[in-house]
Amino acid sequence: MHYELKIMKPIISLSPHVHGGDSVQKNMYGVCIALVPALIASLYFFGLGSAIVLATSVAACVFFEWAITRFILGRERLTICDGSAVLTGLLLGFNLPSNLPIWIIIIGALVAIGIGKLTFGGLGCNPFNPALVGRVFLLISFPVQMTSWPLSGQMGYVDAETGATPLALMKQAIKEGDASYLDQLPSAFDMLIGQTGGSLGEVSALCLLIGCCYMLWKKIITWHIPVSILCTVFVLAGLFHLIDPSYANPVQVILSGGLMLGACFMATDYVTSPMTGKGQLIYGCAIGVLTILIRDFGSYPEGMSFAILIMNGFTPLINTYVKPKRFGEVKK
Amino acid sequence: MKTFHIGGVHPAENKLSAAEPIRVAGLPKQAVFSMFQHIGAPAVPVVKKGDEVKVGTLLGEAGKGLSVPVFSSVSGKVSKVDAVLDSSGTRRMAVVVDVEGDEWEERIDRSDKLVTMKDLGGITAEEVVNRIKAAGIVGMGGATFPTGVKLMPPPGTKAEAIIVNAVECEPYLTADHRLMLEKPEQILVGIQLIKHAVNCPKAYIGIEMNKPDAIKLLTNLLKEKAAQYPGIEVVPLKVKYPQGGEKQLIDAVIGRQVPAPPALPINVGAIVQNVGTVYAIYEAVTKNKPLIERIITVTGKSVKQPSNFLARIGTSMQQLIDEAGGLPEDTGKIIGGGPMMGRALMSLEVPVTKGSSGLLLMTEKESRRGEVSPCIRCAKCVSACPMGLEPYLLASYTRLKDWDGCEKNDVTSCIECGSCAFTCPSNRPLLDNIRVAKQTVMGIIKARHMESIAKK
Repeated sequence: MHYELKIMKPIISLSPHVHGGDSVQKNMYGVCIALVPALIASLYFFGLGSAIVLATSVAACVFFEWAITRFILGRERLTICDGSAVLTGLLLGFNLPSNLPIWIIIIGALVAIGIGKLTFGGLGCNPFNPALVGRVFLLISFPVQMTSWPLSGQMGYVDAETGATPLALMKQAIKEGDASYLDQLPSAFDMLIGQTGGSLGEVSALCLLIGCCYMLWKKIITWHIPVSILCTVFVLAGLFHLIDPSYANPVQVILSGGLMLGACFMATDYVTSPMTGKGQLIYGCAIGVLTILIRDFGSYPEGMSFAILIMNGFTPLINTYVKPKRFGEVKK
Repeated sequence: MKTFHIGGVHPAENKLSAAEPIRVAGLPKQAVFSMFQHIGAPAVPVVKKGDEVKVGTLLGEAGKGLSVPVFSSVSGKVSKVDAVLDSSGTRRMAVVVDVEGDEWEERIDRSDKLVTMKDLGGITAEEVVNRIKAAGIVGMGGATFPTGVKLMPPPGTKAEAIIVNAVECEPYLTADHRLMLEKPEQILVGIQLIKHAVNCPKAYIGIEMNKPDAIKLLTNLLKEKAAQYPGIEVVPLKVKYPQGGEKQLIDAVIGRQVPAPPALPINVGAIVQNVGTVYAIYEAVTKNKPLIERIITVTGKSVKQPSNFLARIGTSMQQLIDEAGGLPEDTGKIIGGGPMMGRALMSLEVPVTKGSSGLLLMTEKESRRGEVSPCIRCAKCVSACPMGLEPYLLASYTRLKDWDGCEKNDVTSCIECGSCAFTCPSNRPLLDNIRVAKQTVMGIIKARHMESIAKK
């Protein structure tokens, strides 16, 4: 007896034969969607300046990703569609003042994509967060432009009125041991919604938190990194505040500067953060401690970027020594 | 709701045939009995070309060591004892029988009447195990480990809990589900027989919440006849893959974790049996019926009539597909088993074996793997791994051929459930890589062991 096979060559492959449908694009654009509330807030508070900076940053990042992979690395496969360059562009833009000259932004994008990412082989290979590499490069190279933040409500791009940010006030209070500087701080509520000076995407803690919740809901990230950073900062800042009131109160510390943006979007970058929950907690706590130390005792008012980059460097070490709990493992 | 504690994923269930009652598949014209239907040494053919056989006639006796016998599921004449293509994709020893009529060995009780423990009188534990061994029963969830061996705990261990695996966590498959709905009381008697065989007072039936009808039916039956079936408990489990994995199920039901190999479930006092195996045990002990037929789900999104068949072992897959409405035009892949752990078959000539739980026809479109992109270190594979391993790391070590690194990172603990590859956003073939490492490392460990013996 003989059965005739209608299909002559069935596909042979190893299991599993189904896939969950997750993709790099879904994750990358998922983070972009999570940034939308903060994006709207930044347009509301900084208007045209914010739009110009963000558009330049994204366009430049995508361009450099395309140009470098195509002409320097000579790769046929285009990677600009995977969403990672767009995301780097957005995050870099979020970390810049809304009146930054276009040519500086383009240099930042080149450093972020070219040096921060593609030097190491592209997506998945970079040891440091590309957007932060770009930002810190600009911060060190152009300290004046990078630290003159327009006040909230300055809708134009040029000649925006700049002023002291909450972080600068906090730094001064600590330096001079004079708590009265803290009285000039905006209220916690203003800092929550973003009615304050600072980099264009970092001001609205509330919008960033909404985005963070979206990412948690969509299972793009886990809770470990944001929660450990925020808790560590809160506890440490609270401790300092109790000992010496010239240190700002922990609620304002958490809502100020790039802390929320860093905790929710920068430190949670897949490529540069540890692989296990336990490792992520260690990483998050260390970022929290470093941030407070730099803010309170370092020479820069903001420590988030440096703290994250330093811990990015420790990530391989954490991955080597912090293993997930194996099934059936007996504690020795 | 109970479930296992590390990792896990949620594949789309696609239980297309859940409402289809079990149908008896037609007798094949020719049946192929592989001597390699179980883990361990192959069975050794005891018939030759031209021999007349009946349903239940011994075709191959158990080989040396870990092995089980193989019986004919049809009556007729042996046409060939030779190597034949089987589900492994290679040609291996098998007995081929040309079917004539349907004559059964007289010792087999073909009636449907329920036989209870009472009817069996004072059957000894030893006798139960002997009948199970003699019937050629193996784990029918797919692992095909000889059941008789599992029911003889090694010295120094004691069975404290029998766990019946009725999870059926593989998408598409519904054979176990239907069996519970249609033969509930036989299953309960089967559980009693196992309890008796290993002298264990407590048994649990682990069922996922996606089979509420089976949970309800068995729970009510146990309530009604509490005196008749003591010490058996239905444990509803949260739906999560791979809950049907032996280690995951033990963790889910009694909260104990079996340590890394060479530890066995019995080291934490557990014996796990698939619900299909339990039914086979019932039939073997009470009806003298060797393992000659099983329930198999034939399914797929393009299949006209997804079905659950009671098929004679040795029936070709082609025949079952014909009975389910024929091979769909757009078939791209033929899978023996479920989509997560099943094996892609090269041909439809492959016969149903003791471990065939399902036949899944995937469409051409579903069959293609997505394009692989670079690892973005999202750690989703680490969160998904039910064994607490780091799939991304093992896959990298494999590509570097760093077998030492693989061994140090417990690659041999991998249960090949596929959760890592299923969840990977970059479509990376993580399990393909890890399998290579697992095989290689197990070979290295074995070689090292042999060397140390040789030195002594």
